[in-house]
Amino acid sequence: MRGRPQVQPVSSRRRSPYRGYVYVLPALAVYLTFAVLPALHTAYLSLFEWDGVTLGDWVGLGNYQEILQHPVLRRSVFNALVLVVFFSFVPIVLGLAMTGLLGRHRRPGMGAYRFLFMLPQVVPLVAVGVTWRWLYGDDGLVNQAFRVVGLDGVTRAWLGDFGAALIAVGLVGTWVLSGLCMMLFLSGVHKVDPSLYEAARIDGAGPAREFVSVTLPHLRGELAVALTVTTVAALASFDLVYVTTNGGPGEQTTVPGLLVYRLAFSEGEVGLAAALAVVLGCVMLAIVYLVNRLSRSQS
Amino acid sequence: MNTATRAERWSGYALLTVMAIAVVIPFLSVFLASLQPAGTPVVGLTWPQRWSWDNYAQAWSVAGFSDLIRHSLTIAAGVVPASLVLSALAGYALGTMRLPGGNAVAAFFIAGLTIPVELIVVPLYFDLRGLGLTNSYLGVILVEIALFMPFSVFWMRTHFRSTPVSLVEAARIDGASSATILLRILLPLARPSLMTLGLLVFMWSWNQFLLVLVLIQDTTKHTAPAGLGFFVGQNSTDVPTLAAGTIIVMLPILILFVIFQRSFIAGLLQGAMKG
Repeated sequence: MRGRPQVQPVSSRRRSPYRGYVYVLPALAVYLTFAVLPALHTAYLSLFEWDGVTLGDWVGLGNYQEILQHPVLRRSVFNALVLVVFFSFVPIVLGLAMTGLLGRHRRPGMGAYRFLFMLPQVVPLVAVGVTWRWLYGDDGLVNQAFRVVGLDGVTRAWLGDFGAALIAVGLVGTWVLSGLCMMLFLSGVHKVDPSLYEAARIDGAGPAREFVSVTLPHLRGELAVALTVTTVAALASFDLVYVTTNGGPGEQTTVPGLLVYRLAFSEGEVGLAAALAVVLGCVMLAIVYLVNRLSRSQS
Repeated sequence: MNTATRAERWSGYALLTVMAIAVVIPFLSVFLASLQPAGTPVVGLTWPQRWSWDNYAQAWSVAGFSDLIRHSLTIAAGVVPASLVLSALAGYALGTMRLPGGNAVAAFFIAGLTIPVELIVVPLYFDLRGLGLTNSYLGVILVEIALFMPFSVFWMRTHFRSTPVSLVEAARIDGASSATILLRILLPLARPSLMTLGLLVFMWSWNQFLLVLVLIQDTTKHTAPAGLGFFVGQNSTDVPTLAAGTIIVMLPILILFVIFQRSFIAGLLQGAMKG
């Protein structure tokens, strides 16, 4: 204590409160230049009709209007919503069901399972897409399985099928994200105070009751995270769709991300692509904000 | 109690195993396909009659996957160290110092967590082309650093905030400068956090597709995922070589995942939870 008064003036003379920003500036500069400014530039481009070569024409919000009217663009938004069901809803329900069945006990050997369940999370989505493209093909595993059980009539090239393609792509998302949801929920359950479960059991609660009144309320944070991560994955599903179907057959699996790429770089509709990108970005931001808001206000 | 849980325990393992098989079978199907003799028609899940590693040699040299891997490594070698250094510096200041407006700056970084590549890729192409940074690894590296910066800064800030304040205070009283505090005291303690962040950034860089597809149009300069995506469009009938190529593209990240699975899983789950 005695040393302090002598040191204090020295340190306060040396340190302007803004000096610490020296450490922040490099990161901030890169982030601003190569992420924030391009995002703003996209918003600016979305106000023009521009082919990427000649001078652009100012059209105001015309591109946004076109998004609402253009059938292909509307179709892509619809497809994205269908993908949300498969990327988000199904994995979360599956994860919750598994947690309800497994969450009551810690099991030795979970490490190996965790490793396998997280595997689809770490490999490139392009490689996942190529893998499933082969599984869904004429001679792929899916048709082989149907032939083994005698359902030869069902077999088809799934990704080329008008009715099945979107669902087939969606199920790839289910495959990728279910493990993550499960692991999130299971690790959340293990943070719950075990005495709560004991209390519930003493009160005569069955497994279902226990799940609803003890497990679920404690998983609110994990649920919010799973919802955010999976919905964002569904809306930004460019990689997967590009390598599996490239939007086909027809426009059955076209998603907004794919259209941004196609409009800007092969159809010379840069402004429209930018507007679609802005809408996509805003929808994602809104979802993340809403989910976080809801999960925090209730806890 | 034990007898009651025994049946429960085994049915639990059975359930987990069914799920695990569902996860593994697609990988297994591709792996087995990659071992089939080249040019043979391959059906679903078939055990190869003769294990042939020729497809790997074919994919590696003729189909050019060795170049693709090298290009991906070049980009990661730029992105990972730069991300770690920049985010450690920023995270240190935002996490341990009382900066005026520091919380607003941190929030500004965090707001970027949801920036999808789709939102920035269109003007980036035109802007970077003007600067001569398309078809250049430097361009991709800079954008990836920026794209991963919100998470990296957030991750390091969270780490530095959790280090005991007394540690920093004590060093300050001893007259250590802020740089000395970071280098001598905090960074050695931050090694596990930095390693996890490094692994995650490597993974995101390795897996990045759309950005590379747009910024590097010269196919001879493609990265592993971009090359694979291009290859599948060209040669989708040559299943064994394609399968071998797919495995080659996944392999580096799989090896890292096997070695560092604890850090990886902790990073993925905690990163998601904190983000």
